Amino acid sequence: MRGLIYACGWLAIIILGAIAAFLIHNSVRAIQEAGIGTMLSTTAWYPTSSPGKFGLLPLIVGSLYVTGVALLVSVPVGVGAAVFISEFSGRRVKDVMKTIIEFMAAVPSVVYGLIGVAVLIPLVKDIFALDSGMTALTGGVVLGIMSIPTVITISEDALHAVPADLRRGSAALGNTRWQTTYKVTLPAAGSGIFAASMLGLGRAIGETMAVLMLTGNAAVMPASVLESVRTMTGTIAAEMGEVVQGGLHYSVLFAVGLVLFIITFAINLAADLVLERQRKRWRR
Amino acid sequence: MSGTARIRQARAAEFVARMVLGAMAASVVAVALFVLGYIVFHGIGAIDWTFLTQIPKDRGREGGIFPVIVGTVYTTLGTAALTLPIGILAGVYLSEYAPRNYTTRAIRLAITNMAGVPSIVYGLFGLAAFVLAAGFGRSILAAALTLTCMTLPVVITATEEALRQVPQDLRQASLALGATRLRTIYRVVLPAAAPGIITGSILGLARAAGETAPILFTGAVFQMRRTPDGPLSQFMALPYHIYAQVTSVPGWNPTLVWGTALVLVAGISAASIAAGIWRSAQRRKVTW
Repeated sequence: MRGLIYACGWLAIIILGAIAAFLIHNSVRAIQEAGIGTMLSTTAWYPTSSPGKFGLLPLIVGSLYVTGVALLVSVPVGVGAAVFISEFSGRRVKDVMKTIIEFMAAVPSVVYGLIGVAVLIPLVKDIFALDSGMTALTGGVVLGIMSIPTVITISEDALHAVPADLRRGSAALGNTRWQTTYKVTLPAAGSGIFAASMLGLGRAIGETMAVLMLTGNAAVMPASVLESVRTMTGTIAAEMGEVVQGGLHYSVLFAVGLVLFIITFAINLAADLVLERQRKRWRR
Repeated sequence: MSGTARIRQARAAEFVARMVLGAMAASVVAVALFVLGYIVFHGIGAIDWTFLTQIPKDRGREGGIFPVIVGTVYTTLGTAALTLPIGILAGVYLSEYAPRNYTTRAIRLAITNMAGVPSIVYGLFGLAAFVLAAGFGRSILAAALTLTCMTLPVVITATEEALRQVPQDLRQASLALGATRLRTIYRVVLPAAAPGIITGSILGLARAAGETAPILFTGAVFQMRRTPDGPLSQFMALPYHIYAQVTSVPGWNPTLVWGTALVLVAGISAASIAAGIWRSAQRRKVTW
């Protein structure tokens, strides 16, 4: 029994290692035949032509566009709401907001995608007078809304971790609530809020279903956020069903997965280190 | 600047800040209510006995979603059966056994990183590891295993946090009575922490039930003639049913698709609310 408990404890490392191992193993063919340098530096994504062209740049840029828009939505709104909940509202408002945030986090991404299809695609089409409302902007706005719960939760934790003494000290010096917030609390919680934004970014870059339904999936270099883009996640989801198992295209999709894994791993690791440092700073 | 002007300015700033921040919080509330209202408003018309008990007809444009519900329930139960024992034991390890050193720190890092791995990458891993390497094929088992990897961090974290809140006195009292460490854990510590563990786990499993990307390549199908007959059978699933209709059925029937979304969201919310109510009821019952 004790052995079993130890084994389960170590399982997280084993699974994470296994994910990396399987991704790398299946990417080997892509790395050898299509070449890392070529994949990461060319812009032609024609996986089914012969020979197939596997330039990942349009997909990476597509992901960046969508994620950029998502951050512009989620960070200001999420941090603002977190500050309001943590510094300016009473217990009852806090409880209500917590329930609402939990609901938003629980709604499946495919349902957000469906709402985007029904509401946002026609809206974007009309506002910008486009031929199609499936754009990086559409996907990005929905993704931003989806990452708001992450940003609020982590930011609020960071604000909560700031010792009450600091706020009381500031209030005793005659500062108003807002002066205390932006002169004392926000700087003290700054790194945690930064980590929250990073985790929101990680959530947005890895999201699949909503972007797949909303961005139109054109695998070309976009000139603006009002054009259709195809993200890395969307490419894997859309094309994996049609490829020959073990073929070059199959392997390239695993390589895309590996790129995603590395990006999100780096983001999470960095955010975790930042949060850990902050935790140590306020621990007595 | 005179003192009163300064105060007036500070008060004005306070007022503006409250308004702006309040507006942001209010907009979050508005979006959440809009999402909820929109789903209910468009989906409620589809919900009747036929919809819940019939099989889909004409690629989902007509008929009901019975096998789709069954598929999601089977997969989620499978995920629960795999995730709960492993996740709880891992939580016990971290809270009760793990030494304070760098390996434990590495395990914790691995857990937070697992929570951040994109769901589509879990889908790829499930395809490579469970469908192909382990030879389970596209099946409920392969999908449940994939979802298990995704849900584990949630269950582990919930368990560890719940165990940490059990007072040290309880453990010491049990040990003083001569119980072994293991017996203390499963007779004293785990029952005391059960509400927290179960609530956290249900939230994680509810999220797993709504996931599409991990089951895309590991067993979900859009159409099948019968309900699944075993763990190696393929299955239909609510989120995949929505996605497949919107993207590949021309002239999809909005009423039925929104009905499917409403069933999914209602199921997830009901599970979360029930868990929340049960936890607060338990909290009132148990006092230290």
